[in-house]
Amino acid sequence: MKFVDEFRSSDYSKLLVETLQNSSRDKINIMEVCGTHTMAIFRYGIRDVLPGNVTLISGPGCPVCVTPQSYIDNALDLSSREDVIIATFGDMMKVPGRKSSLLKKKAEGSDIRLVYSPMDCLTIAVDNPSKQIVFLAVGFETTAPMTAVTAIEARKNGLSNLFFFTAHKIVPPVMEALVTDKELNLDGFLLPGNVSAIIGTEPYEFLSKDFNIPGVVTGFEPVDILQGLSTLISLISKKDYSIANDYKRIVRTDGNSQAKEYMDKAFNIVDSNWRGIGKVPKSGLEFNRDFEEFDALKHFKISYEEYDGSSGCRCGEILKGKINPTQCPLFKQACTTENPIGSCMVSSEGTCAAYFRYYK
Amino acid sequence: MSTITLSHGSGGIQTNQLINDVFFKYFSNDILNQMNDAAHLAIDFKKLAFTTDSFVVNPLFFKGGNIGKLAVCGTVNDLAVSGAKPLYLTCAFIIEEGFAMDDLKIIVKTMAEEAENSGVKIVAGDTKVVEKGNVDGVYINTSGIGVIYEKVNINCANAKLGDVIIVNGTIGDHGMTILCERNNFGFEGDLSSDCASLNTLVGCMLEVYNGIRVIRDATRGGVAAVLNEISDSSNVSIVLEENLLPIKEEVKGAAEMLGFDPLYIANEGKLCAFVPEAQAEQVLLAMRTHPLGRNAAIIGRVTNEMGKKVYLNTIVGGKRLVDRPSGILLPRIC
Amino acid sequence: MCLAVPGRVLSIEGKMGIIEVGSIKRKVFLHLVPEVSVDDYVLMHAGCAIQMIDEVEAKITLDILKELAESEVCR
Repeated sequence: MKFVDEFRSSDYSKLLVETLQNSSRDKINIMEVCGTHTMAIFRYGIRDVLPGNVTLISGPGCPVCVTPQSYIDNALDLSSREDVIIATFGDMMKVPGRKSSLLKKKAEGSDIRLVYSPMDCLTIAVDNPSKQIVFLAVGFETTAPMTAVTAIEARKNGLSNLFFFTAHKIVPPVMEALVTDKELNLDGFLLPGNVSAIIGTEPYEFLSKDFNIPGVVTGFEPVDILQGLSTLISLISKKDYSIANDYKRIVRTDGNSQAKEYMDKAFNIVDSNWRGIGKVPKSGLEFNRDFEEFDALKHFKISYEEYDGSSGCRCGEILKGKINPTQCPLFKQACTTENPIGSCMVSSEGTCAAYFRYYK
Repeated sequence: MSTITLSHGSGGIQTNQLINDVFFKYFSNDILNQMNDAAHLAIDFKKLAFTTDSFVVNPLFFKGGNIGKLAVCGTVNDLAVSGAKPLYLTCAFIIEEGFAMDDLKIIVKTMAEEAENSGVKIVAGDTKVVEKGNVDGVYINTSGIGVIYEKVNINCANAKLGDVIIVNGTIGDHGMTILCERNNFGFEGDLSSDCASLNTLVGCMLEVYNGIRVIRDATRGGVAAVLNEISDSSNVSIVLEENLLPIKEEVKGAAEMLGFDPLYIANEGKLCAFVPEAQAEQVLLAMRTHPLGRNAAIIGRVTNEMGKKVYLNTIVGGKRLVDRPSGILLPRIC
Repeated sequence: MCLAVPGRVLSIEGKMGIIEVGSIKRKVFLHLVPEVSVDDYVLMHAGCAIQMIDEVEAKITLDILKELAESEVCR
């Protein structure tokens, strides 16, 4: 597969590992913000090949993990309606609400459909004119533009039975919340490559200017991750607090202007609650007045009361990188991938789920 | 009649018609044609292998096969990987009222062809018809009996340090095909189930070396499930090499898009064999001469390191755990 | 949060296209990459092309690695 195989080269990977082994000996704490990075790091066993002075900490970049439990409960309520078809990404299916999950409701007869893409909702809406389709629109800046595009296409095709229950969040504000937390001791960030494809590198400049913390925009293949780590360690050891881009084949400095235009067209930026973390100002996206007709909460007149649902587990500290999953008393005991208690175990790329599957 | 009705299952004229016109027509053999309540079999006093399996796949028809083919191959394979020559199968159908007769005929015809292909006879059967909505089209159970080859000792608990692990071809083909067809992900490509009877391949392997220690077919849960079971039963560590895993381009592409790991995806025509290192090369070469073993490959070995689990040496030079599969496979965008 | 794969654009019709990823074809939204042409490579996330792949930049990265590999051999 072109642009995949070359960046999975074993030879290049091993070369970069050698470079890393010969790099700085200082104790370094690096946070990988993005859950997809967490999974890739485990998948390729990258922790094994890092020098002992480098610690990788997983961050809150897992949209399912940080979505409050109230979201799922409201989705489950909607799924009970005879006239509603819920369309969702696979990621949400096992997330436990207070009493049930989408997977369980599906088994009980609710019309809940797995989609690969939000565009598939357009087909479901056309094929089921008497039903109301509700798409569970979760995800960061990588995913939000296509919610906007799907809504615009629905409008273009005169579809009046497609709605979105949105929970989109944006990444830079939560990073600001992290770096202002005095308990965290981070030397640098591995920055989310595909979010950056949309937003560019400029939104991270505050890390450099205001906090003297460098970051490297990094891709997801092993060569990308090792390259990104190598660049970041080099910046840290030289006390160079820049934001660098090691994913130039995808990420432009100003990101994807067309995608940003679609997001500006459809959404307002609002304060948002991140499960386990709390309220983060200006970190969420909601449909604006022009796109109100697509908002499921407004359409179904749901008065949405948010609650976290994080009882007993230490997901909040895990999401902030303060502890790792093995330090949570529930990990692998009461809390497993089949019976998740906390949000980090629920998501396919949650930190706890990654540790559960891969930690030796 | 173009559809199955409840009277086809009621034991009367319609049942007889169904049995004669469909099942006996395709499954005909000297034992079945005696129409006794049980098949009378003559097997010399030998060690027997005996197994059963039920098949409830959705969709019933998919690229590379259908539920009928699975029902024959699945049970033949359970016997084959036990080191037995499969001889006889039974099959029981539970059919939904309203099921299309033509579809039933296709399924039964496929089963007859696969049985012939595998050298087994279907010697007893049963049919039930249930009200609409009580099954998804049709469910099939097959049981099978075979004679264990002499001097062969294949057991899940036999794996030993130094054994080499061989698969007979590309992994994840069946499960990926089913997942994509069932969920209508809009993927188009040469995805096809690998559903096949492995008994002649196993026969060929045992002929070359009858000391093969473990053979298991890697069905639900993929290669990861089977290797974890063997690691547990034999109390050994297993290490796989990521760069040696044979995976079709299409399965790789679909897996990348959906966020799946081919090690965890079901197969229906793949086995894992544990062979002592000294004999591995000759077994591998023999497999590659067989149509179902052209892409046979060594994928790992039994080691004495770390915990008694399954690990993967990654292309980066790191190591990761290949844990038991858990729950159903769901695609992800994160 | 970013599972995405590179694929080659096989055909374009308005703002929709067909992309090929490892021999699998799929329909894709092209709204976010208006400058795309057939045979271009794009990064696809959940059925939407989110960015064009800059083949020149990809080559630069790989060339640097190739050079590094060659200098290792010469050591």
